[in-house]
Amino acid sequence: VTAAPLPAIQESPDREPGSRRAGRRPGGRLLGPILALPGIVWLLLFFLAPLYVVLAVVFGGVDPVFRTVIPVWNPVYWSSDQPIYVLTHIVGDEGIFGPALLRTAVYVLTASVLCLLIAFPIAYYVARLSGRWRGLLLALLIAPFWISYMMRMLAWVNLLANDGLVNRVITLGGIFPGVEWLSGRSIVVILGLVYGYVPYMIIPLYAGLDRLPYELVEGARDLGASRPSAFWRVTWPMSRPIVIASVLLTCLPMLGDYFTSDLLSGSPSTSMVGNLINNTVLTPGQTGQAGAFVLLVLIVSILPMVYYVRSVSRSDGAV
Amino acid sequence: MGRGRISAWWSDPWRKPRVLAAVTIGYLLWSLLPVLVAALFSFNSGRSRTTWQGFSMRWYYGDPELSVWHDPDLHTALFHTLRLGVLTTLVTVPLGVALAIGLHRWRGRISGSANSMLLLSFVLPETLLAVALLLVVTQLVLPFTLGTTAQVIGLVTYQLAYPAILVRARLATIGDQLEEAAMDLGASPLSAQRRVILPMLVPAIVASAVLVFADVIDDFVIVRYLSGDATTEPTSVKIYNTARAAPTPALNALATLLLVASMLAVVLGFVLYRYLGNRAGERESIGSFAGET
Repeated sequence: VTAAPLPAIQESPDREPGSRRAGRRPGGRLLGPILALPGIVWLLLFFLAPLYVVLAVVFGGVDPVFRTVIPVWNPVYWSSDQPIYVLTHIVGDEGIFGPALLRTAVYVLTASVLCLLIAFPIAYYVARLSGRWRGLLLALLIAPFWISYMMRMLAWVNLLANDGLVNRVITLGGIFPGVEWLSGRSIVVILGLVYGYVPYMIIPLYAGLDRLPYELVEGARDLGASRPSAFWRVTWPMSRPIVIASVLLTCLPMLGDYFTSDLLSGSPSTSMVGNLINNTVLTPGQTGQAGAFVLLVLIVSILPMVYYVRSVSRSDGAV
Repeated sequence: MGRGRISAWWSDPWRKPRVLAAVTIGYLLWSLLPVLVAALFSFNSGRSRTTWQGFSMRWYYGDPELSVWHDPDLHTALFHTLRLGVLTTLVTVPLGVALAIGLHRWRGRISGSANSMLLLSFVLPETLLAVALLLVVTQLVLPFTLGTTAQVIGLVTYQLAYPAILVRARLATIGDQLEEAAMDLGASPLSAQRRVILPMLVPAIVASAVLVFADVIDDFVIVRYLSGDATTEPTSVKIYNTARAAPTPALNALATLLLVASMLAVVLGFVLYRYLGNRAGERESIGSFAGET
């Protein structure tokens, strides 16, 4: 998981097309493509081609005896049995997949909103802070980024265990009945998602807010705007693209998350679409279903991803 | 805090930065304390991960069977994690730096699409890439199977964007004049890159190497799907497999060792990064270590 490039607010000045230097000397024009080639080939082989393999598996068949997947490479012979099976089991009497899909939407939305409510004030505060505390605060804010997600979840598994510290505190050492936190509670999974992903929102938010031209806010204040109205009418509109990009960067990985629910609940009553993928992908005969869920998440996330890529590329080649 | 500031706070506790400062400090406690508690319990002398029974190094090397040092499952996982970190960094950084320089010099349709593909690989939910690669390895006849090679390939694909993005941001701030000057003075395009641009990119390259290494040793999704047998299951997978199944503090010890490895890489990398930046006359920010450009 990642922090990220953000749409830049201002165009960088060195972009006059006439001053491009590539091709000034013989051989210079080829240097760019030659250097880029290995990376491009790598991405084609291990990023784009695998997505086609997913399609071949989803629209392929299943061996009737061994229940193994038979990928079909030629789109002409694609069969839509497996996607139709998945689609017909989302709603209605046999809607076994529907609740998990709905839950994913609710969890991801709630967690993203909570993340933003936590991350924005912090990123804003640190971006406006100056002096000796800033470096230290920034390092501490980035620290969770370098701590394994699994270790951070393990920490909460320890704390929320039946005899864990949280229960010990709220039962005052065993006087009141404790709570079984780790058995299928939506609230625990949502808070786990917030805990897990909020660092990945704070960093890009901070990077963007740090670059805002705050002279404009001072100008608004000089012209008589109150603090709140300067915030709502100047700071917030300027930071909106940064906020959108940061929210996308946090909720996209959440869409594939299955381990948070597995570790903090382990119950099917909190399973998300990631759990559907994870539970089916290694089950003989259901690999195609896993592929169909992958395709579903891909379709849902393609628009936000393209939006992100466009907004980053448009804001200068610098990414 | 002086008396004047306390009384000012008392008369108006919601004065502007106070609330924000409180939120920030509260958040830091919430985000870091649980991890510190988990690390602390790796030094517990008893089996419990929730009741403190005294300090010991039992779970690191004291216990003859269950400690990280003596349990082959645990130290294999740790070494495998570090191996994946080193291998992936060695492949990703040169590939990504070349890609960044290449895309920076080459403007056009193909290079634009390649850039979009790179950014897409960066925001694609990791589970999707991992499942896609799992299907590739299991459905196609390839010269390798699940295990270290597959894991490194998956990790490189997922991490390639980091060096590419950091280096491109750096190239944009360097500008074109230096390279043009070098070529006016007779350097070939290649030697202008090698002798002028590349040395200026060194801080960005160091930052991306640290970033890739620290991110890879924390990775879970890709390494789990692409792991073969138990010997290629890295630390994060061990934690996932045993966290809910009555583990001992040895698991906390394993996680703590991984944390220490991460922090060491970051601190050493940052010292080097600062040193290189100072030599080049620039103040480098720690933000680059989290992918900030």
